[in-house]
Amino acid sequence: MEAAYIKRKADGRIHIKSGSKGDQAVRWTIITLAVLTVVAFLFFNYAGLELGPAIKETAYNVKVMFLEPALNHFDLGEAIYQVGVTLGLAFLATIIGAIIAFFLALMAAANLAPVWVSRTVRVFVAIIRAVPTVLWVLIFAIAAGLGSEAAVLGMLFHSIAYLVKAFSEAFEEVDKGIFEALQSTGANWWHIIRSGVLPSTFTYLLSWVFLRFEINFGVAVAMGAAAGAGGIGFELFMASGFYFDLREVGFITYAILIIAVLLEVLSTRLKKRYLPAASN
Amino acid sequence: MNEQTMRKSRWQTGMFLLIIIVLSYLSSAITAFNFVQGLATIPKALGWIFSNLMVTQESLEKLPKILEKLAETIFMSIAATTLAAVVSLFLGVMGSKTTKVNNFLSVFARFIASVSRNIPVVAWSLVLLISFGQNSVTGFLALFVGTVGFLTRAFIESIDEASQSSVEALTATGATYFQIVSKAVIPQALPQMISWVLFMVETNIRNATLVGILTGTGIGYTFDMYYKMLNYNAVALVTLCIVITVIVVDLISNHIRKVIL
Repeated sequence: MEAAYIKRKADGRIHIKSGSKGDQAVRWTIITLAVLTVVAFLFFNYAGLELGPAIKETAYNVKVMFLEPALNHFDLGEAIYQVGVTLGLAFLATIIGAIIAFFLALMAAANLAPVWVSRTVRVFVAIIRAVPTVLWVLIFAIAAGLGSEAAVLGMLFHSIAYLVKAFSEAFEEVDKGIFEALQSTGANWWHIIRSGVLPSTFTYLLSWVFLRFEINFGVAVAMGAAAGAGGIGFELFMASGFYFDLREVGFITYAILIIAVLLEVLSTRLKKRYLPAASN
Repeated sequence: MNEQTMRKSRWQTGMFLLIIIVLSYLSSAITAFNFVQGLATIPKALGWIFSNLMVTQESLEKLPKILEKLAETIFMSIAATTLAAVVSLFLGVMGSKTTKVNNFLSVFARFIASVSRNIPVVAWSLVLLISFGQNSVTGFLALFVGTVGFLTRAFIESIDEASQSSVEALTATGATYFQIVSKAVIPQALPQMISWVLFMVETNIRNATLVGILTGTGIGYTFDMYYKMLNYNAVALVTLCIVITVIVVDLISNHIRKVIL
């Protein structure tokens, strides 16, 4: 009997650690990641790297960036306008994404749709998510031409994928009693959504949308720089890639930082108020 | 619900919708976004994708080269995430309310996390590119900085969530600070932390594409090169490789998550 629950080592000592499957998985994950990291450093391409001077130079660059910000190629009004463009791109992608995601999430929620529909939507969303946003934007840029259309459409995909997941989880948590009560009054599917599901999840959905808006602002900056989508991101790219003007880079970085911190503060407040349970 | 509250809630809904519509109008005005044109491009774009983004025999010949760059990107993301996790572990322990050493270090840790998270990865890659040049280290560092910010915040939350009562219990036995952290806090928060690290590996592989386009490293550079050469069959192949990688990493990390959580 004893052997069944007390594991002993070869010399008779008792194992102090439980060594469950979970612990082992944790250990193996850590070991694998550590080994891969070491391999990565052997594998890297170090072409043209001189570590010492590079670090010194970067430290100097960062100092210039953050301590002497200035605008040289455009004025403050233009900077605010460009930030507005970036916010606009993020807002459009979020709002259109939220509307589409709402309907897709109704189809993806296990308690509102047949199993095969929800499974199909989920696979579809997983594939969309796997393509990086920048590739979506660049692919759309070929078809639609460089401009806000390509940027918004490209950013739309990940917004939809993210929100479908969040929304469908919210829908699945709706109390079953609400459905039964509404069904017993003879309400059809759409009635149930409109007067049962929507009112009880609305604030929840709203805070997820705001959270996504915060993410989309960062994405919009990146798309401006990498995919020529305009806005403050593009100015950032020009300032560092074409003019090599670190003071301007510093100024733009501060502008982005201020907006990002403002959005973060707002969304943490919303999250605390409406999403007490959600951790990710 | 009487008539008055009903009327009030209807009025609120109306105002809310109005604000959304006004903001959408302003946004489309400032970005010169045309809803109709936008809608019209979707079928056009999908048609273009299906007719041009095809993997052909000729592009398959480039596969070894692409896979080599893909491996570089994957290694870059994993190395950046793992090392960032080590740094974030220290910052997280210092920043968390339950395990902080003193207030100054706690605020300092949170400040570092907030700054490195909110300065876009674009800015980091562009600044690093100037002095580090076009190689893997630039991409690695750009990913590293952003990941430290994100993981520190996540770790602080996991530590706060996990440890209250066991910290109290160990304090009562007279355990030292390091004993408490290493025997109570970290083992408890570890599964949650690993879960965040795996999430970050996946995110970083996708981000590495963006960083790669900006700094000329890894798979992002390959994509950008073929994209600018208008070699769309190769573009399709690169995209396909990234999609498969991300999905495989996602499946692996979901599996691990199921076992450890």
